[in-house]
Amino acid sequence: MASNSSGGSSDRQRIAQQRLRIIAGHLQRPVDGDSAILAAECKAQGSKPDTSREEKTVPRRRQEIMKWNGWGYSDSRFLFNKKGQAEFTGKRYRLSGMIIPGLKDWFECTFGASLQHKTPATPLLNSSAVQPPTLNEAFVEELKSTGIPFSQDAEDRVFRAHGHCLHEIFALREGKFGRVPDMVVWPNCHNDVVKIVELASKHNVCLIPYGGGTSVSSALECPPEETRSIVSLDTSQMNRILWVDEKNLTAHVEAGIVGQDLERLLNESGYCTGHEPDSMEFSSLGGWVATRASGMKKNIYGNIEDLVVHIKMVTPQGVIEKSCQGPRMSTGPDIHHFIMGSEGTLGVVTEVTMKIRPMPEYQKYGSVVFPNFEQGVACLREVARQRCAPASIRLMDNEQFKFGHALKPQVSSIFTSFLDGLKKFYITKFKGFDPNRLCVATLLFEGDREKVLQHEKQVYDIAAKFGGLAAGEDNGQRGYMLTFVIAYLRDLGMDYYVIGESFETSVPWDRVLDICRNVKARIVRECKERGVQFPPLSTCRVTQTYDAGACVYFYFAFNYRGLSDPVHVYEQVEHAAREEILANGGSLSHHHGVGKLRKEWMRETVSNVGMGMLKSVKDYVDPNNIFGNRNLL
Amino acid sequence: MASKAVYSQRDPMLKKRDDFEDILEERRNSSDLRYALRCYAPVVYKGLCPSKAGTLKSMVLQSDQLHYVIHQVCRETGRAVDDVQEEASSILEEMAHRLQLSTVRFFAFTLSKVFKTLFRSICVNEEGIQRLQQVIQEHPVVLLPSHRSYMDFLLMSYLLYTYDLALPVIAAGMDFMGMKFVGEMLRMSGAFFIRRSFGGDKLYWAVFSEYVKTMLKNGFAPVEFFLEGTRSRTSKSLTPKLGLLNIVMDPFFKGEVFDVSLVPVSISYERILEESLYARELLGVPKPKESTSGLIKARKVLSEDYGSIHVYFGQPVSVRSLAEGRVNRCQFNLIPRHIPKKPSEDIHSFVNDSAYRLVRAQEENMVLKPWVLLASLLLQNQVSGQKRGIALDELTEQAVWLRDLSRQYGAFLHWPEHTPPSEVVSSSLSLHRGLVRISEGRVQLALGQSYAVTPEEELLSQAVIILSCASYRNQALHVFLRPALLASAIHTASSNKKQEVFNSFSFLRNMFSNEFILCPGTYCMLFTSHWCCVSTGALQVTQQEVLVTERGHRTLVFLTSMLDPFLQGYQVVCRFLCEEATEALTEKQFIPAVRKFIIKHLLAGRLRYTEVLSSDLQKNSLAALLRLGAVRKIKGYQGTLKVNTVMVNSLEDTLGGKLPTQKAVIARL
Repeated sequence: MASNSSGGSSDRQRIAQQRLRIIAGHLQRPVDGDSAILAAECKAQGSKPDTSREEKTVPRRRQEIMKWNGWGYSDSRFLFNKKGQAEFTGKRYRLSGMIIPGLKDWFECTFGASLQHKTPATPLLNSSAVQPPTLNEAFVEELKSTGIPFSQDAEDRVFRAHGHCLHEIFALREGKFGRVPDMVVWPNCHNDVVKIVELASKHNVCLIPYGGGTSVSSALECPPEETRSIVSLDTSQMNRILWVDEKNLTAHVEAGIVGQDLERLLNESGYCTGHEPDSMEFSSLGGWVATRASGMKKNIYGNIEDLVVHIKMVTPQGVIEKSCQGPRMSTGPDIHHFIMGSEGTLGVVTEVTMKIRPMPEYQKYGSVVFPNFEQGVACLREVARQRCAPASIRLMDNEQFKFGHALKPQVSSIFTSFLDGLKKFYITKFKGFDPNRLCVATLLFEGDREKVLQHEKQVYDIAAKFGGLAAGEDNGQRGYMLTFVIAYLRDLGMDYYVIGESFETSVPWDRVLDICRNVKARIVRECKERGVQFPPLSTCRVTQTYDAGACVYFYFAFNYRGLSDPVHVYEQVEHAAREEILANGGSLSHHHGVGKLRKEWMRETVSNVGMGMLKSVKDYVDPNNIFGNRNLL
Repeated sequence: MASKAVYSQRDPMLKKRDDFEDILEERRNSSDLRYALRCYAPVVYKGLCPSKAGTLKSMVLQSDQLHYVIHQVCRETGRAVDDVQEEASSILEEMAHRLQLSTVRFFAFTLSKVFKTLFRSICVNEEGIQRLQQVIQEHPVVLLPSHRSYMDFLLMSYLLYTYDLALPVIAAGMDFMGMKFVGEMLRMSGAFFIRRSFGGDKLYWAVFSEYVKTMLKNGFAPVEFFLEGTRSRTSKSLTPKLGLLNIVMDPFFKGEVFDVSLVPVSISYERILEESLYARELLGVPKPKESTSGLIKARKVLSEDYGSIHVYFGQPVSVRSLAEGRVNRCQFNLIPRHIPKKPSEDIHSFVNDSAYRLVRAQEENMVLKPWVLLASLLLQNQVSGQKRGIALDELTEQAVWLRDLSRQYGAFLHWPEHTPPSEVVSSSLSLHRGLVRISEGRVQLALGQSYAVTPEEELLSQAVIILSCASYRNQALHVFLRPALLASAIHTASSNKKQEVFNSFSFLRNMFSNEFILCPGTYCMLFTSHWCCVSTGALQVTQQEVLVTERGHRTLVFLTSMLDPFLQGYQVVCRFLCEEATEALTEKQFIPAVRKFIIKHLLAGRLRYTEVLSSDLQKNSLAALLRLGAVRKIKGYQGTLKVNTVMVNSLEDTLGGKLPTQKAVIARL
C-alpha cells in the first residue's frame, strides 16, 4: 500500500497548513484550543492538486449548512405561509421559492391534519442536554500527536449520533439525545485512517465510521450498552478524486466524497458514474459501498457492486485490497463482497476505484398513465422481459400519483392550466380512466439522441399494449424531483402531527402485486388496531426492474393526534409491515441495509450457516470489536 | 362502528350471542311474487374483478397451476396436451355452476311457499347478517354452515337473497347431479358439483382447487361448503373434512389475498325433515318402498308441523388472525406458487385445528329447544327400565333442573321465558308426537306400536324411534360432553386420586376423539371441564383428590348416563372383534357383522342400549381402534382387518372400568 509517495517536503506541509487554517477560519467558529487543526501530510495525494475546500459541499462542521434535527440544508424547507399556502424556501431546488397551492388540501384531506394543530420542533440544540464525553485519555493524547483534527464539541457529536430514521429525528425534534459519540475525528486521507484505526485498536476505543449520515437503518446509533469511548470517524474530508483513467474509464476516489460532488467534479471533465441514489446529495461513496447501495439509473450503469473495480478498506487487522484492477476475477469468493454490505462492522472504506462513463449526450423524461396499478406492473414486467428498461422506470400507485399531483407548483400562465385541464379531461372522461385507480409510470431515458428517441418509442409501444397513455415529460420530471424533496416533506408533516417513513424491498415479479396490496393493507389494519385515529397514508411504488423481480418502495405516514407514544406505534406498524413483506416473499432490504433496525430478521434471511460465515469473518477481521456499531449481526 | 366489526376479529369465538328475527313473518304478510321479483343489488367485495361465469372458466383453464398439472400429466402418461386439456375442460364443465338470478328468483318464490307451510318461523340473527355484509366488502368470504338436512343449502341461499347479500357458490356432492332436472336447477342457483372421491386424480384436483380459488380470489361470490362433508345423520357434528378448507386458506398462505373470512353458520331445526330416514339409514333398514302409500306419506310431510328453524351467522373468523404465530408463510417463498405442493406438517395441523375450532363455533351457536332436553331425559328414563314411562310433572321438574344445568354449561337454549314450564314441556311433546306417547299423565317413548312379525323386526322398529330421539339428545351433547367425560372418568377411575382421574379422562378423550368434536390439545380441556363442574358445585377438588359433592351426585349421574351408550357401544364392538372377528373379516363386512352380533345380544337382553345399533357409532369405534393400532388394515386384501386381540380386550376392560387406565395404554395412545 501507499506508504512511500512524496518524501515529505516540510515546505509544502507548511503551506498547506497555512491554507487550511485560513479556510478553517472561513468555515468554523474557533474550537477549543487543544483540538487545533494540523494539516498532516497526506500521502495519497492525487495527481490533481487538492481542489479548494469551498467547492465541496460538506464542511467539517455540518451545522453550518445543515439542519440538526431534520433533513438537508438549513435554508431549504417546506412551510405553510401566512395565507396557509405551502411553499418551499431557499434557492437550491427547482421547487425552491415556489408556492404549492394543492399541498394544503391534500395534506389536510389525506391525514385529517389541520394547520391549527402544530407540533413545532425544539428550535435550538441545547448542548447542556448532551451527555459529557467519556474519553480515553491515552487515545486522545496519541491522536493529538498525529495532528488529525478532532472535536469533542456537543453539536459535532450529536450530528454524528443519528441517521434519518423516524425515531431518530423525532427524538431530536424533542431535544432528546441518547448515547452520542464521545468525539469526532476527521481523517484527511487513507493514512490518517490507518493511524486512527491503529490507535483505536491499541487503546480499545470503539470506532463508528460516518459518511453522509443518511442511514435509515439505525446504523449510526451508538449501541447503548457500549462502555468504551466511542469515536465517530467522519470521512467527509476525504473527498478528492485522486485520479481519472480515461483509457480504462475508471476514477480513483476517496470514499468520503458525497454523490453530488462526485458527479459534479466528474462532469467537469465530461464523465459521470451514473450512480444516483435518491440520497446522492448527501450520501457518500464509502456509505454506498458499505450498504450495497443502488442508484436510480442502475439499468444503464449498474448498482454499486457493478460499478466498483477496486476497494481499499482499513481494518483492525490491516488494509484489505486486491492487487490489480482486472475487471473480473476468479480467485475464490470475491473479497469485495465481504466489504460491500459490511455496514461499518469490519473497517473503513477509504478509497474506491469506480467505473466512469462519458456523460450522456441527451436526456429525456417521460411518463405513462395506466388505467390501474395491475396494468402498470404488467407493463414494467414486459419491459424487463424485453430488457429494454430506460435508465430509470418507476411506477407510482394511485395514492402516490395524487401526492405527486398535490406537489405541482403554481402555474404562471392560464394556458398551462388550461392544458392541464384538457389533459385531465382526456384521460378521465374520454379514455375512461378512473381517477381513483389510475397510476403513472415515470421514465428517464439517456444516451445519444437518436437512440433515446428510438428507445422511447419502443417503451411507449409496450405501454400502449397495457393500456398506457403517454402523459408528458413534465409529469416524469416532477416524479423524480419528488424523491429529492420527500424527505423535506416529512419535516413539514412532523410540524403538524404527521409522522412517516419509507422502506423498501425486492421481490420476484409474480409477487409484486400481492406484496403491494398486502403490505399496504397490513399497514392500514395495524394502524387501526393500534389506535391511530385517522386512516394512514399507505402507498407504494415499483422503483427498479430486474430480470427476475423488482424493487418496491412503501411510503407510510399517519396523523398521530391522540396517541401517547406515536413513535412506538410507528415502530410496531413498521415492524408488522416488514413481517408482511417477508411473509410475501420480499427481501429484508434491497438497498437500505440492515443496520440495527432489521437485525432481528438476519438469521432467517441468510440461514444459520450464513450467519456463522459472517460472524467468523467479523471475528477474524475485528476480534476486539473495534468497529463496534453492532450493525448486521 | 362498521370497521369495528372487522377489527374485533382477534377474538374469533366470541361468546356473546345475538337476538333473532323471524323472516317468515314478513313473508306471511306481503306478496311472495313481489318479493321474488324485487330489486336485488348486493354489496360486493371491494377487490372484485367483475367477471361472468364464462370468463371464470377461461381464467381457470388458463391458470398457471392448471397448465403445470396438465403438462405434468402429459409427461407421466404420454398423452397429448390437447387431449388432457380437453379433459380438464370437460371436468370443469361438469363441475361449474351457472348462477342465474332468474333461477334464484324462482326458488325465492317457491321456497317462500314451502317454508311457510312447513315451518312456524325461520329465525335469523340480524347482527350476524350485518357483520357478514361488512366482511363481504372487506375480504373474500367463506360460508361454513352446519349440515343436518338437504334443506341447508337452499335455505342459506334463500336467506342471503332475502337480506340482499351476495349469493354464494356452493360445493355440492355429485349425487345431487344425478337428479336430472333438480341438478340443473341447483346448478343455476349457484351449486357446483364435486365428485365424492377423486383420490389420486391430479388433474381433477387441480381443476377443482383452481376453480374454487379463482372464485374466491376474485371475490366472484362467497364460497359455501360444509365442513362436515356430508349431512350428519346423528345431529352430532362430524369430524371436519380438510380438503376444501385447505383450498380456501391457500390463497392467504401464498399471499394472493390479504385475508379470508370464515363465517361459521349454525342451522338448528326444531324437527328435522329427514328424522326417521336418518334413523333407518343408521340401522341399515331399507327405506320404505316408493308406492302410493309412500306418496301419501310424502304429502304428509308437507302437512306436518316442523316447528322453527334458527340460523345463527357466527362471528367471522379471519384466517390471518388464526394463522398469526402459527404458520410461517415464508415457506412458500422458494417454490413458484403455481406448483402444487403437499401441505407441510405445520400447515396441515393448523388447518386441522382451525377446522375443529370452526365446527366448535358452529356447535356453540346451535339453538337448543326444550325438546332436546326432554329427549335426553326420556332416553335415560327408558333405559333405566321404567316400562310405564315417567309422570308428566316429574318430567317437567327434571326438565327445569336440566335447563338450569345446561345454562350453567353455556348452552344456547331457547326456553320460552314467560310460559309455565309445564306448558313448554307439553307443547314440545306435542310437536314430536310421533316419538312420544302420553297416557294417563305418563310420558314414554312411542315404542312397540308396530305390527312386526319377528322379534328382530320389532327391535328394529323400536330402534328407529330411539335413534330419532337420540339424534335430538345429540344436539345437546356438545354442551355436556366435556363435563360428561370427566364424570365418566371419575366413575371409571379406580380411585379419587387426581392423577387416576386424569389418566382415565385422557384415555376416554382419546378413545372418543373420532366420535365427538374434541379439539386437539388436551390441557385446556381438562381444565375447562374441571372448572365447569367445580363452578356448578358438583365437584370438590382438593390437592390430591376429586370428590363428588352431595349436591353434585344428580349431575354426575346425568352426565355419566349421557356418555354411557357410547361407552357400551365401544365395548360391544371390542367384544365383537375379540369373539367373532374371523381372519377374513373385511372393512366392508364389518358393519353387517357387528350389527348381527349386537342384535343377538340385544334380543338376549345382554345389552341395555338399543342405540348401539347405530352404524355411525360402529364406524367411529372402528376408526378409533384403527387409529390406536388395536386393529390394522392389511393392504391389498380389500381392507381385511387384523385384530390385536390382547389390546382390544384391554381397551374393552378399561372402558368398562374393569381395568385401571394403565400408564402403558396411555403412553401408547
